[in-house]
Order: sequence, then structure tokens, then C-alpha cells
Amino acid sequence: MSFLSVAYVVLFYFAAAVFIFGLTYRITKYARTPAPLKIPTMPAPTTRTGVAMRLGREVVFFESLFKSTKWTWLFGWIFHFSLLLAFFRHLRYALTPDSFLWPLISLEVVQTFGKYAGYGMLIGLTGLLARRIFVDRVRYISSPSDYLHLILLLAIAGSGLLMTFVSHTDIVQLKAFVLGLFYFDPQPVPNSWFLLTHLTLVALLLIIFPISKLLHAPGLFFSPTRNQVDNSRDKRHVVPWAARLDSTHSD
Amino acid sequence: MEGTKPFFAKPDHQKSLGFPGELIENWHDTAIGKMGDLLGKYRSFQVYLDSCVKCGACTDKCHYYLGTKDPKNMPVGRQDLLRSVYRRYFTFAGKYFPKLVGARDLTREVLDDWYSYFHQCSQCRRCSVFCPYGIDTAEISMAAREILDSVGIGQKYCNEIIGKCYTIGNNLGLPEPALRDTLEDLEEEIFEERGVRVRLPLDEEGADVLLITPSADFFAEPHVDGLMGYAMVFHEAGIKWTLSSYASEAANFSMFIGSYENMKKQAERIRKAALDLGVKRIMHGECGHAWRVAYSFWNTLAGVGHGADPNDKYAQELQQRLDPNFPVPQHICEFTWDLIQRNQLNLDKSANDDKVLTFHDSCNVARASRMGDTPGGQFEIPRKIIQAVCNNYVDMPRDTIKESTFCCGGGGGLLTDDLMEVRVKGAQPRMEALNRVVEDHGVTNMAAICAICKSQFAKVLPYYKMPMDMIVSVHQLVRDALVLTGQTNGEAEADPDEAQAEES
Repeated sequence: MSFLSVAYVVLFYFAAAVFIFGLTYRITKYARTPAPLKIPTMPAPTTRTGVAMRLGREVVFFESLFKSTKWTWLFGWIFHFSLLLAFFRHLRYALTPDSFLWPLISLEVVQTFGKYAGYGMLIGLTGLLARRIFVDRVRYISSPSDYLHLILLLAIAGSGLLMTFVSHTDIVQLKAFVLGLFYFDPQPVPNSWFLLTHLTLVALLLIIFPISKLLHAPGLFFSPTRNQVDNSRDKRHVVPWAARLDSTHSD
Repeated sequence: MEGTKPFFAKPDHQKSLGFPGELIENWHDTAIGKMGDLLGKYRSFQVYLDSCVKCGACTDKCHYYLGTKDPKNMPVGRQDLLRSVYRRYFTFAGKYFPKLVGARDLTREVLDDWYSYFHQCSQCRRCSVFCPYGIDTAEISMAAREILDSVGIGQKYCNEIIGKCYTIGNNLGLPEPALRDTLEDLEEEIFEERGVRVRLPLDEEGADVLLITPSADFFAEPHVDGLMGYAMVFHEAGIKWTLSSYASEAANFSMFIGSYENMKKQAERIRKAALDLGVKRIMHGECGHAWRVAYSFWNTLAGVGHGADPNDKYAQELQQRLDPNFPVPQHICEFTWDLIQRNQLNLDKSANDDKVLTFHDSCNVARASRMGDTPGGQFEIPRKIIQAVCNNYVDMPRDTIKESTFCCGGGGGLLTDDLMEVRVKGAQPRMEALNRVVEDHGVTNMAAICAICKSQFAKVLPYYKMPMDMIVSVHQLVRDALVLTGQTNGEAEADPDEAQAEES
């Protein structure tokens, strides 16, 4: 195997390890940090089911963002939804036909729309970048990394689109490479500049995920203003460090 | 606003709350240490510092930003004052690539900026409604104030008041004899007006209901009119109730400074009063942040509520004595609305015909609590009460009420004269919305159920060329419409005892 292939195998194992362990570390940290007070943003659901629906609406429709600013909502939603479609389409490079997901990813809608989803990502990301550059308030709060995140995702979408619509890569060899990673049986990576760029950027995205604002994805599920049930009068909510401060009347 | 900062708390006031008296020498390390401590204790703080993507959704939602146009008053701008330091000391990217992610060292300038801008946040939570991840700037600002207190720079207004609450029992420093006199005067005033002996009992053991209300209700206008309203409602309901001189304060300013320990200590005064007086129910007067603390936190802080674990001795001590048929705490508006629904109050709406009303949703009631059994009851119940006692009612524009309500500009510990300019500018969005309904619908009065809102509006309305007495208490409207059983309508027949007293 060429040095190039070895380098990509190593890169992907490294990126996957950082992504998995980093994210697990962050999520564990969020889960273990207590939420001592009931602080749901009201009006809030009074049942667990209601909370699940509230979170569901945030994840699927970006409900709060919709209330806030329609343009950011529109571009943000187009980008995320396109990313999801593109992700599903990419599963065909990582799964074999005996996978239970195969019927889903071989759906016409996933494969066809998935192909154009790259354009959706470009549109969404360009809109978000334009907003970051041209709206004074948003420019004021932006750090270099905020622009770089968008540019990274734009480059991922762009390099992907170039392979779909301009210069095809050898997808049979690509699939062998990807499956080789999964089965710990390294295979050569196709030697295509677009593909190698695409893969490098995706690996970079995986690496920065647990140390950047991309943590907003797990963060939402741990947000006390969104995930708490409004039942403070009916049930005493008390975490261990706070309970230690309790002392009875006669003490 | 650049350079705006409230007065610093004096060493004595700092120390009585368990904080250093003045800025300590190793403030830098202590502040970073405190931040680390809070990151481990509050999930909100940890998750919110990580999750912001700088989407800008909150940037035009804060009333202080809208009023001052200072970008550091944008919710994310305010958070970033602290987030930038968090990143520098607690994240990989901030430690190794500070410029890239906008991380910076904690310097004296940064600390000063914290003191200034975290005292230009009223912790109203409007930003949290619009944030796609529910990031609540109030959580950040409470943490920031706790860090500031821990290095010795606290705010005079809040910390002095909390100290008074510990030593005297209320924010005003009104001692028991003065409180008793005030209540007797109010009883007299009602009697002169209506010819009915309506009581405002203090420290009466064996009463069914303990009423906890902000001490502003005892003397400030229009608060005191609301207090008379509660008393008249209790009177008509025929319920034995009492106030407590030990817990003569609903307000809990420790929430503003983010101090769990102090907030608990203040809340435990209510628990103690309830136990000592042997009451079965606990009710709460018109107050915003206090109702948040009562509704959302009392059960946690002091077991004042229902549903504690059977093994939870601390909470069960009180909860076993409380009547399970009523919510604890119960808002006075929930109580009054229930009586109105059951036709227990004789109301003459025409008494308020000289007014066209609108209602200001107080931020902590709207976005941090509930009334009634269903979400949103905190919006509906006060409006239904007003409409039951007044013929003329209109709402302000939809994007300025209910969960989108604008803060009065004086919440979160900012109701102090040394922050007057911020208060006036922060009130601007509310004043503009009010002005709309004044011009379009001839609104004459705005009702509120928060002591801070009432005081703040009485002060800032004149800056916007509106009369200060435009602001009224909801229970003041109830009082004015309520026809007491046996009332003699103004020309009070002399009470036999009273007549004798006068003769002799």
C-alpha cells in the first residue's frame, strides 16, 4: 500500500478516535454536571412526553430560531437538512446490502435528492456566511473560527459536488477503502485530488467537533431551559450537593 | 453602556453574606477557581458556555441593547465577556489558539467590564426564548455576579438589601412594630372607605394561610393598593390568613447575585415562618422574581411545596402539615381567579369604567413560572381577572407580551438610582409598546403583578411623558370593583367600638 493510503488510514482512525472519545467525554461531562434548579423557559411542558416533543420540535424544525429570525432560520434549516440527506446518501459507501439500513439508503429520494443536497448545503452556508459578513450585529460577535467553520463546511460540500457533477471518483475502490477501515483491513485510497481534499476536510471536521461550537448538537439535549419538566410545585427537585445544605427545623 | 456601573457594596455588607469585603489580592486565581467550581455545579453554565454558535438570533432581543445600542448589551455580546475567559482557561482551542476562537486572559479591564455589563442585565430571560439552544443569559449573569462577589466586588443595592432581610426580615428594614402599625392603618383606611372591618393579620398562629408578599406592598404606591385588594379578597372568601413579621419579604435578591446558599437561607425564612405559625397553605403576593423563586425554587431550596421523597426528612417536616388539596405556593391571582370562577366575589366592573387597561407581563412570571394547571396560565389568569373587574381591556402588540414580554428595565437588581440611565433606556421597548396602545386605543392604565415593575414604571413613565400613576396593581383593580358583604359605600356608619372610642 502506498504511503498516501497509509496516511489516510491513520488520519481516519485518529479523527474517529478524537471524535468518539472527545464527544463521549463532553457528553459524559454534561450528563454528570447537576442542574440544581428548575429553570425551564416557560411556558414549558408539564410531562416528560411534552418535553420530548419540545426537544423534537427544536431538533426537526428549529422552533425557537424560527420565532427569532426568519432568514437565519431558513438558511440554517436548509443547510442542516441538506447535510442530513447528504449523510444518508453517503451511507452507501459505508454499508453493505445486508445492512438493515440498506432499504432506506437505496430509496430513490435519498439517492437523487442526496445528490443535490450538496447544493442545498452551499445555499444554506452561503446565506449564513453572508449574514455573518453583512449584518453588523452578527459581524460584531464573530471570531475567525466562526468564519472558518462555515468555510470548512463550504469546502466539504464544494469538493463533494465536484466529484458528483464534474470529475467522478472510483467509488468501487472508495467503498473498499471505507469498508476496509471498518473491518480493520486497510485498503488503498483512490488517488483523486477532489476525493483526498474531501476526505481531509471531513477528518478535520470530526477532529474539531468535540472542541468547538459544534458541541451545540449534543448541547441542545442537555439544555435545562429546554429539557426540564415544569412540575416544581408538585415534586421536590434536589441534587446531591444542594441536598447536603438541608438541615431540619429543630437542628 | 460603557462606564456604567452600580455602587460597590461596603465591606460590612459583603462580609455578612459570606463574601470578601473588598477586591482581594489574588482575585485572578480566585475568579478562575470560582468559575471552575460553578462549571461543576451548574449544568446550565457548562452547556451554555460551550453551545453558542454565534448565530445572532438573540442579538436584537434584549431591551438594554434596544435602548442603548451598545453591542456588549446584546445577549451574546454580554455572554462573550465571560465566554472568552472560559475558553482561554478551560478549553483546548482557547488555550492553544486563543486568537482563533476569541479567547482572552482575565485582566482587570475584563473584570471591570463584567462588573459593568453583568449589572446591565435584568435576568429577564427574553433571549432564552429565542435561542435555538435555549441559552439563558440570566444563568451566565448570575454566575458572573457570584464570581465577582467571591473576589470581593459585590453590588451595593442587592447585597445591602439581602443583609437587611437577614437582620430585620425584609428588604426595607421595616421592623415588626412599624409593620403592625402600617397594617392597622390600612385596616382603618378600608373601614373608613367601606364601613367593613377587613383584617390584615400579623403573626397569627393557627391561621390557614400564610401570605408572603414583597415588602414594597406595605408602603409603596401602587403596591399598597394591591395589598388592600388581597386582604379584601381573603375577607370575602372567609379564610383565616396571616402575614409573618419574621418572613415579611417575598423578594429574594440572592437569586440576582446567583448565590444558591444565600437564596436558600432567605427561602428558609418562609419555611420557618410556616412551621412556627402552623399554617396549611402558603400564598404569594404580586411579585415577579419572587414568584419565580417561590414557584420554581422554594420546593428545592426549602421544601416549600409538595412531592418530596418520603425519606426526605427536611422537606417532609413541613410538607406533612400542608393541605395537599392546594398548590404550594399558590399565587394570589390563582386564588382570586378561582373565587371569581366560583362566583364568590361580588364584583362591580363599572367601578373601573374610568380606565382603559392593558397588562404588562412581568418577565419572571411570564418566562420563569406558571399559574394554574396548564402552561401559559401565567398569561391567562391575570388577564381574566382584569377582564372580570374592568370593562375596557386591550393587549399591547403580540411581540411585546406573554413569553415575548419586555422587561420593565429595573429587574435583576437594577432598581437603584445609581443605574437610572440604564433603567430609563432599558424601559424604552416597553414604553414604545405602551405608547402604541395609548394612541390607538386610548389606554389610560397599565396593570402589573410585580413590585419591581411597579416601582420602576412609577419612576420612568414621566421620562416618556406619561403620568407615573398610570401603573396599577392588578389587585388594586380587584379592590376597586369588589363590593364587600355589608359594605356601606363610602359613608361609613361608625363602628360601635369606634364611636365609643371617639366619644371618650
